[in-house]
Amino acid sequence: MKRRDFLKSVSGLAAGAVLPAAPSVISSAKADARSETLLIVSEGGPNNLDIHGVGTNVPGYEVSWNCYDRLISHEMKSGPGGVPYYDRDKFKGELADDMKIDDMSVTFKLKKNAKFHDGTPVTAKDVKWSLDRAVTVGGFPTFQMSAGSLTKAEQFVVIDDSTVRVDFAKKDRLTVPDLAVIVPCIINSELVKKNASEKDPWGLEYTKQQTAGSGAYKVTKWTAGTEVIMERNEDWVGGPMPKIKRVIWRMVPQAGNRRALLERGDADISYELPFKDFQEMKANGKLNVVSLPFSNGIQYIGMNVTKPPFDNPKVRQAMAYAMPYQKIMDAVLFGLGNPMFGAAKDKATEVAWPQQTKYFTDMEKAKALLAEAGYANGFETTISFDLNFAGVNEPLCVLVQESLAQLGIKTTINKVPGANWRTELNKKEMPLFTNVFSGWLDYPEYFFYWCYHGNNSVFNTMSYKSSEMDKLIDGARTAASTGDKTAYDADVKGFVDLAFADVPRIPLYQPFVNVAMQKNISGYQYWFHRRLDYRAMAKG
Amino acid sequence: MLTMIGKRLMFAIPSLIGVVIVTFLLTRALPGDPAAYFAGPAATKEAVEQIRKKLGLDRPLIEQFFRYTNDLAHGDFGNSLTTGQPVATEIRNRLPASAELTLLGLIVSIVIAIPLGVLAATRPGSWVDHLCRVTTTAGVSLPVFFTGLVLVYVFYFRLGWSPAPLGRLDVFYSAPPTVTGFYLIDTLIARDFEAWRSAFSQLILPATTLAIFSLAPIARMTRASMLAVLASEFVRTARASGLSPATVIVTYAFRNAMLPVITTLSMVFSFLLGANVLVEKVFAWPGIGSYAVEALISSDFAPVQGFVLTMAVMYVLLNLIIDILYGVIDPRVRLEG
Repeated sequence: MKRRDFLKSVSGLAAGAVLPAAPSVISSAKADARSETLLIVSEGGPNNLDIHGVGTNVPGYEVSWNCYDRLISHEMKSGPGGVPYYDRDKFKGELADDMKIDDMSVTFKLKKNAKFHDGTPVTAKDVKWSLDRAVTVGGFPTFQMSAGSLTKAEQFVVIDDSTVRVDFAKKDRLTVPDLAVIVPCIINSELVKKNASEKDPWGLEYTKQQTAGSGAYKVTKWTAGTEVIMERNEDWVGGPMPKIKRVIWRMVPQAGNRRALLERGDADISYELPFKDFQEMKANGKLNVVSLPFSNGIQYIGMNVTKPPFDNPKVRQAMAYAMPYQKIMDAVLFGLGNPMFGAAKDKATEVAWPQQTKYFTDMEKAKALLAEAGYANGFETTISFDLNFAGVNEPLCVLVQESLAQLGIKTTINKVPGANWRTELNKKEMPLFTNVFSGWLDYPEYFFYWCYHGNNSVFNTMSYKSSEMDKLIDGARTAASTGDKTAYDADVKGFVDLAFADVPRIPLYQPFVNVAMQKNISGYQYWFHRRLDYRAMAKG
Repeated sequence: MLTMIGKRLMFAIPSLIGVVIVTFLLTRALPGDPAAYFAGPAATKEAVEQIRKKLGLDRPLIEQFFRYTNDLAHGDFGNSLTTGQPVATEIRNRLPASAELTLLGLIVSIVIAIPLGVLAATRPGSWVDHLCRVTTTAGVSLPVFFTGLVLVYVFYFRLGWSPAPLGRLDVFYSAPPTVTGFYLIDTLIARDFEAWRSAFSQLILPATTLAIFSLAPIARMTRASMLAVLASEFVRTARASGLSPATVIVTYAFRNAMLPVITTLSMVFSFLLGANVLVEKVFAWPGIGSYAVEALISSDFAPVQGFVLTMAVMYVLLNLIIDILYGVIDPRVRLEG
């Protein structure tokens, strides 16, 4: 009896402690607002609303993409599973009405009725000022511009109020695509100049806190680390008027809660969930889950080729045969990735990237190769990964460790805190590690230039140097700019073959970007930056 | 009284100086290079150096320290790199959120724990005593984030009684104009009862989580000190004089048993501020704890230093209040002071 009293009182207490959420008190005006509002939940939010700012993070790119316009953007095509996917080769005007490409320059005519959020018209001098800013502020924006050979302010010429010319520094096939990435956004120059200071001539402090663009949305409230609220710009001319009036983007750190919010129907869209959750949500069919491969992206195992034992190509090949590929696909990714291994023996190399290697798990072959290299009894090494992506990296490294143990290779796992990961990569001392690289510009030579070229960029994490490789990469870049298709194809096939034979890095899989949304949300588009484009979305 | 307060504040100064020095050194000793982190994924070595210079991290440590203390003296806590905002404003905006949650959690906890402790002490060995022991042990043994997640799962996901764990207000309500920063009070001042109700229902789960966690020390301490007092001679005298049990317990015993309970309360409050960090993560609460953790993960020095300093100041103030309360409850302490 006493026990029953106790149970009764406890459950009564718990029930009393929680008031019903009471939808009845929500007025009908609020219900209307709900149907025109998109509620996004994600783990992290922006730290700066301007992509030109110092250390702007990836969520900040999403704000920039939706609140600023560029001269040009990409057309859409039908991608895997019928999901709209940006078309690498087709451009359309956003602020520009017309684009004319000449031999050594490209000329843009601006849309006549384009206005910034404060009502001032968009003019050629705003365009010049914005592009000048991108190539001069330093850091990431300047670096991204230089990837398309856009390095000097003199390259941007005002012809008249609504005409701008961009001069090419040299022939480079990436120059025009580089004008359609997030960085060359057009900013309200008069407004920002008014709020600039001597110490901050480009007004970075001002644009950090508010958007000063002409884009389809404008930020009306931003509480760092908590929420971003964006309202539609009713005067937008960059494209068809977006259907979503208001976007509320809330930061919810707990992945479990994000899933609960989706499944209860309280949130409209979320990304950054564990693969297992995505796979389960896909299976139960209550939500729309879109999974698309990262364009030009690969998760790989890298080896430092400057130090033994990985300076020996035989050892590296042995490693490539010892990777537990299929286990990684099944147990780590739950199938949400494209395998980058196990191509048929007689398959010809394609002029494409990424593509599958001919490696597959074959412990006998690995053993034989190791013995040939003089490591029949194995060796000791350390595998490192970035803790920021521990959800994938940790189980992956454990599987690799297990597999290598069969060859007598003793592997210690080194977990590197996110803040430290880049420093460690830059030092180029880690013997064995896993990482992802994905390029905004989807061209094989772009990927190889950053990851395999002997100029040893941050992303050539293996310190790989080969004069033959450099020759092929440089050759492909030149061939692409001059339009020499035969030479280009030969060079691309050449560097892919060499990268697979020498295997300084072992491609594992092409990761997927996963987005879960309510069934009534439509219009999701895949972009090279992998963030959301609200402009095409609709609810209901 | 005033001399006592003055004296106590004087004693606090060396500890605050110590906190400033230690947090400065500790944040510098953290692994990770903020310049490399904020230079972005595609940064070259030169870009990293550029940013290091911009942040002033290329100067010698001692110079950085003097610059930091000089800024502090002018009330400038520096800028957070992750959120891009001045640390002082962020802390000012976020502190009320944490304080409202912690205080409410503490109040819920006191309301349950003290009567429970008193009842347990008056009937040792009875079912109330066992109930007290079981609930408190269970509460303190569960990690807060776990309790929080279970509550969300049951009351939000399964039963749908509780609103979505999306922070302080339902997304479609706007925050009341700031007066105190406490939504429960500000919404009342603004006479926005719908928002009050929303704010209140958002608070229930996180506050309950904190309360469950802090039941144990308060209830156990109340029970122990009540037992000691109830066994003392003046209680026996009071009972022998024929006073009603209620008068004996409430007026005579309870007041005397309060001192150790107050001490415990101050400790509980401080560790609730710590537990807050996890609860805020679970409930997407825009408080100061989740802010500090974010900053720590990205080796963002300024907010970490600001957070530790604010906490230190709060502890000093809290101890001061507790000391004053001692004097109110027990005049003997006042005489000695």
